[in-house]
Amino acid sequence: MNIVVLVKQVPDSGSERGLAGDNTVERQSANNVINEMDEYAIEEALRIQAAEGGEVTILTMGPERAAESIRKALSMGPDKAVHVIDDALHGSCALSTSKVLAAALGTLNPDLVIAGAESTDGRVQVMPHMIAERLGIAALTGARKLTVDGGTLTIERQTEEGYEVVTAATPAVVSVWDTINEPRYPSFKGIMAAKKKPVQTLALADLGIEAGEVGFAGASSEVVEHAKRPPRQGGQKVADDGNGGAALVEFLSSEKFV
Amino acid sequence: MDPLELLDLDGTLSPEDRDMRAVVRRVVDERVRPHVATWYEEGRVPVRELAAEFGKLGLLGMHLTGYGCAGATATAYGLACLELEAGDSGVRSLVSVQGSLAMFAIHRYGSEEQRQRWLPPMAAGEAIGCFGLTEPDHGSDPAGMATRARRDGGDWVLTGGKMWITNAPVADVAVIWARTDEGVRGFAVPMDTPGVTAREITHKMSLRASSTGEIVLDDVRLPDDARLPGAEGLKAPLSCLTEARYGIVWGALGAARDCLTTALDYAVSREQFGRPIAGFQLTQAKLADMAVELQKGYLLARHLGTLADAGRLRPEQVSVGKLNNVREAIAIARQCRTILGANGISAEYPVMRHANNLESVLTYEGTSEVHQLVIGQKLTGVSAFV
Repeated sequence: MNIVVLVKQVPDSGSERGLAGDNTVERQSANNVINEMDEYAIEEALRIQAAEGGEVTILTMGPERAAESIRKALSMGPDKAVHVIDDALHGSCALSTSKVLAAALGTLNPDLVIAGAESTDGRVQVMPHMIAERLGIAALTGARKLTVDGGTLTIERQTEEGYEVVTAATPAVVSVWDTINEPRYPSFKGIMAAKKKPVQTLALADLGIEAGEVGFAGASSEVVEHAKRPPRQGGQKVADDGNGGAALVEFLSSEKFV
Repeated sequence: MDPLELLDLDGTLSPEDRDMRAVVRRVVDERVRPHVATWYEEGRVPVRELAAEFGKLGLLGMHLTGYGCAGATATAYGLACLELEAGDSGVRSLVSVQGSLAMFAIHRYGSEEQRQRWLPPMAAGEAIGCFGLTEPDHGSDPAGMATRARRDGGDWVLTGGKMWITNAPVADVAVIWARTDEGVRGFAVPMDTPGVTAREITHKMSLRASSTGEIVLDDVRLPDDARLPGAEGLKAPLSCLTEARYGIVWGALGAARDCLTTALDYAVSREQFGRPIAGFQLTQAKLADMAVELQKGYLLARHLGTLADAGRLRPEQVSVGKLNNVREAIAIARQCRTILGANGISAEYPVMRHANNLESVLTYEGTSEVHQLVIGQKLTGVSAFV
């Protein structure tokens, strides 16, 4: 089975993050890592590869620094990577990003595309759906479990009431949550092998996409302003003068908690 | 900040070495740190589970090549030791003994059959190894060893005992050094061989998260193919010790770093006389001096790593590293304990545990005094060993 895993480099959600002067995510000074959910996608791909055979390819769109995350992804065990890199991509919205990724996937002809359900920077959760739509293939999103039976994919999708079982034929896009597996640590052999694995770079011209269709120029939406969330207000203290219980109930009912 | 980043030395590491360190740091954070205080308190450690976990990464014998070993750089191996010992010296000892003593001895001095038989399962963490050189009456003076191996037809018969052997109670194979009529020889001894017994040494006040044992060899009959054919004389086991000491040069810095980061966090948050104790000049002087010593030790380790990767590392250079870095690490641990005051002796903080562990690290694999004599001999040309 030919599997492609979408991997995005994001600023480490554990450290201070912010937006740059042009209202895009600050990536220059940030401590950048593989988007956490994508590690689960890689793990799932490697497990399917171990059972079914085939090849696992990492697909990343991002600036030069994203090569670091590609190498780390490859150290977990995938066979090769494709890095879409082009200065004109800076400022791309979700729609144009999906256009680029779909075009790159077109060159790879996958049976299965696996993605993390969301990235910790954008958090829009729409990329798997958009890519499936552009490629005209099924989208099995939000999986907590994925089984492959020949050309049939079955996922369990967690809902508030229980879970749904959804099936589709390959080729398809599957997005996964962090409940699906426990990602492996990269092995030392994997780390040393990663730098020898092929990483193909593609520019927009290689994908037949004009610079004006993507980046700030082609963006369907634009961040015009941003502000930090205001600091939390200090809570309300209830002094117990013998009527503390009543005061608490009054507060809880005024906030509609009871 | 991480006191090891004061001089921005990380920028000169290769990306692979950095990645390997990151993996070990994560494994220690997730698999060791949450449990190690309990292991220490209870005086037991899940050696097999840890070995299996470390084996999956390729941590065991990572600096050896072939036979399932990762073939990483000496620098990467050193960084791994540092991160492991930031968890606990006992956990690093487990890895040092498996990789640098038992596996290294078989890799360097074993026959092809011995390497094929033992190294792949040892690299995977499925087989545990130990290394029997020290005896109850022969520590710094291994040349005086009492364990004998005598020929009996085509076989060997081993008699004697080994003491303070890390991993022995759980080991599948022991590399045993014994005196023969032809000089010191090494043997790969399966621990289930009749006549071999291993007993756990209890009531330790140090390295409590490590399995330490005594091995008794009571007329243990072995075929000649258990003998390590490449090992002739005491220089063979001593070369293994040089390997293990190299890991200690780095490892001790990990214990010191963990103490110092703990003391830094504590000093910033602990208030006395109405302000954080980090704001007092005497505390800052302690913290600054410790950070400087830690950096110097790290520079030394990095230099020895560069020499090792160039194939130019000499035993007396490793002695310089072991002497300095363990001595400074234990000084840092003790100093950090003063910053933590009464909390410094609590198991809720790692400082006293590291300090106690370093008491063992100070004397095992060559005491500080032995390393002073090695360096002294190199400087003067005169041996002060009896």
